[in-house]
Amino acid sequence: MRVFAVAEIRMNELDPVSVELLNLANEIKADGSAEAIVLGKDVSEFANELSKYSDKVWKIENDSLENYNPEIYADVLIQLFQKEKPDVILFPNSSRGAELAPLISTRLDAPIVTDIVGLDFSNGVKAKRYIFQGKLMVDILVKDADTYVFTVRQGVFKEGKEIGGEIVDVKIEPTVSPARQFISIIEPEVGEVDIAQADIIVSVGRGIEDESNIELAEELAKALGGVVAGSRPVIDSGWLPKDRQVGISGKTVKPKLYLALGISGAFQHIMGMKDSELIIAVNKDPEAPIFGVAQYGIVGDIFEIVPALIEKLNQIKS
Amino acid sequence: MKIGNGGESLKIFVLAKHAIDTESEIRLKDEKSIDEKGLIYDINDWDRYAIEEAIRLKEMHGGEVTVIGVGNNEDTLRKCLAMGADRAIKIPLETGMDPYKTALAIKDVISEENFDLIIAGLMSQDCNNALVGALLASMLNLPFATAVTSVKVEDGKLRVTRELEGGYQEEVILQLPCLITVQSGINEPRYVSIMGIKRAKSKEIKEVDVKVDKEMIELERMYLPPVKKAELITGSADEIAEKLIEIFKEKGVI
Ligand SMILES: Cc1cc2nc3c(=O)[nH]c(=O)nc-3n(C[C@H](O)[C@H](O)[C@H](O)COP(=O)(O)OP(=O)(O)OC[C@H]3O[C@@H](n4cnc5c(N)ncnc54)[C@H](O)[C@@H]3O)c2cc1C
Ligand SMILES: Nc1ncnc2c1ncn2[C@@H]1O[C@H](COP(=O)(O)O)[C@@H](O)[C@H]1O
Repeated sequence: MRVFAVAEIRMNELDPVSVELLNLANEIKADGSAEAIVLGKDVSEFANELSKYSDKVWKIENDSLENYNPEIYADVLIQLFQKEKPDVILFPNSSRGAELAPLISTRLDAPIVTDIVGLDFSNGVKAKRYIFQGKLMVDILVKDADTYVFTVRQGVFKEGKEIGGEIVDVKIEPTVSPARQFISIIEPEVGEVDIAQADIIVSVGRGIEDESNIELAEELAKALGGVVAGSRPVIDSGWLPKDRQVGISGKTVKPKLYLALGISGAFQHIMGMKDSELIIAVNKDPEAPIFGVAQYGIVGDIFEIVPALIEKLNQIKS
Repeated sequence: MKIGNGGESLKIFVLAKHAIDTESEIRLKDEKSIDEKGLIYDINDWDRYAIEEAIRLKEMHGGEVTVIGVGNNEDTLRKCLAMGADRAIKIPLETGMDPYKTALAIKDVISEENFDLIIAGLMSQDCNNALVGALLASMLNLPFATAVTSVKVEDGKLRVTRELEGGYQEEVILQLPCLITVQSGINEPRYVSIMGIKRAKSKEIKEVDVKVDKEMIELERMYLPPVKKAELITGSADEIAEKLIEIFKEKGVI
C-alpha cells in the first residue's frame, strides 16, 4: 500500500505528530511505501527531517502556501493525489487536519474516520477510536474503497524507526481563487499568573458546578501554596480567565502536583497535564478516564474531600 | 447582497443534534449498543452555542433562523424554537454513528433552500467525530471554517476567529454563503424562557423524508477502553485528607 502522511508545520516548526503519522504509515504499508507530504513557502529543513522516517517525501513549495488556507491546500493536495493515487491518506487530528481531511475525503469519494488511535488492514479495514470523550472505545469497519482518509490522534504512534528516503521536489500551482481569506494569527492572552510555571496546581472541572465554588479551590490552592487552573467548560463559563485553561487549546503544564477536581479526563485535557510529576484525581464517577492518568484516585465528592483537606492543611500550618 | 450594512437580512440554518449527555451512566447492553437505562438526552452542547450564535446574528441583522435535526426525536428542535429559532426541519432518519450519512441527508434538504450561513457545532458530544459540518460544507462546495470563536458580519462577508492549538487563534474572512462550526465558549447560551416555550408551541416542525443509501462505515464493536487505573484512596473524608497529606509529604510537595 502507498500510505501518504500530510505533515504539519505550525508556527514555523515541524509538529512531532508528523513523525507519528509516518510511524503508523510504516506499520501498515506492508510491501508498499510510507510517503510524507510537506507544503509551505520554505520547507526544505522539514523535508530533510521527514525523510528520515519515510520512503519518499513530496516537497511542495510555493509562495501561496505560506499561510494555511484550506481551499488552496486541498487543491494542491488533490492535484498530487490524482496523479499518485495513494491507498491511505493520514492527517493529524489538529485544527488544520480537521478541515483538510473532510475536504479531501469528499473530493476523492474516500471514506473518512477521525481521531483514530488504531488501524488494522489485516482483515478488511478497521479503525479504532474513542467516543463519549474517552469513556467508550469502538472498532469501526470501513467499507471497501480505492482510498481511505484518516485523522490520527497525537501521542499514540510514538514508536518507529528511521528508514531514510528520498526527497522529491514537485511544482504544483493552485488552481482556485479561494472564498476564504487568511488575515492574521492572534497570540494567546497573557494574564497575571502563568500556570505553566506553577509547582502546585489545583485544577477544577465542570464538577465544581458553580462560579461561587471556585473560592473553595482558591482556598485549597492557598493552603498548598499553589494556583488554580481549570478545564475548558470552567473557562467557557467565564469562571476562570482563559490563560488558566489546561489542555490542547490552553496551556501545557508539568507541576510537581496536579490535583484534578471534578474533571472527567477528556483527551484534550489530558494532553495538557499528563506529564505532571504527581497527578491526583477526585471524581465521583469510578469510570472517569482521568483515573487512567492519575497515580492516586479518590472516588468521591469534591465538596466533602476538599473542605476536609483544607482543614487538615491549615491545622498543620498553625 | 449587502448584509450587515443595514441592507438585506441573514438566512441562517443551524444543525442541532439530540445527543446522549456525557453525564449519563453509560453501560453496554451488548457489543453494538448502549443500555438505554440511565441515559439522558439533550441538545448537543456545541449546538447550544450554534443556535445561540444564530439567534444573536438574527437579532443584530434581522433574518430567519431554521434549525435542522436528523433523527426521530423533536425535543431538541423544540428547545431551539423556544430559544428563538423561527422554523424547524426534522429529518426522521437514524444515521447511527455515520457522520457521512448525516451530512448527506442534510445536504439533500438544504440544497433545496436559500441560505447565507449554516452554523453547526464543532463536534457531537456522543460520537466526537467533528465531521458533519466540514463534510456538508465540502459537499455543498461552500467556504467554511471550523472551531469558530467569534463572528462578525462585515461588508457582506463573515469575519471570524477560529481556534488553533495552544491558545492561538487565526482570523479569516469568509464569503457568503458559507458554513462555520462553532467552538464552545463562543457565547453564553440563553436559558429557555417560559414565554419562549409558549411561543414555540405555535411554531411548526416540518418533517422531510430523505433516503440515504450510501454507507461509508459500520460499527463493529463497542467496549470499555483498557486503562491502567490509579491507586485508590478510600475512607472517610477526614481519613482521605490525612492520607493525601502523607502522600504530599512523602513526595516533597509540602
Ligand atoms: C478542539 C477541542 C479542543 C479542546 N480543548 C480543551 C482544552 O484545552 N482543555 C480542556 O479541558 N478541554 C478541552 N476540550 C473539551 C474536552 O473535550 C472536554 O469536553 C472537557 O475537557 C471536559 O471538561 P470537564 O472534565 O471539566 O467536564 P466533564 O467532562 O463534564 O466532567 C465533569 C466531571 O466531574 C465529575 N463530577 C461532577 N460532580 C462532582 C463532584 N461533586 N465531585 C466529584 N466529581 C464530580 C463527573 O463525574 C465528571 O467526570 C476541547 C475539545 C475540543 C473538541
Ligand atoms: N443527527 C444530527 N442532526 C443534526 N445535526 C447533527 C447531527 N449529527 C451531527 N450534527 C451536527 O454536526 C456537528 C458535528 O457532529 P459530529 O460530526 O458527529 O461530531 C454537531 O455539532 C451538529 O451541529
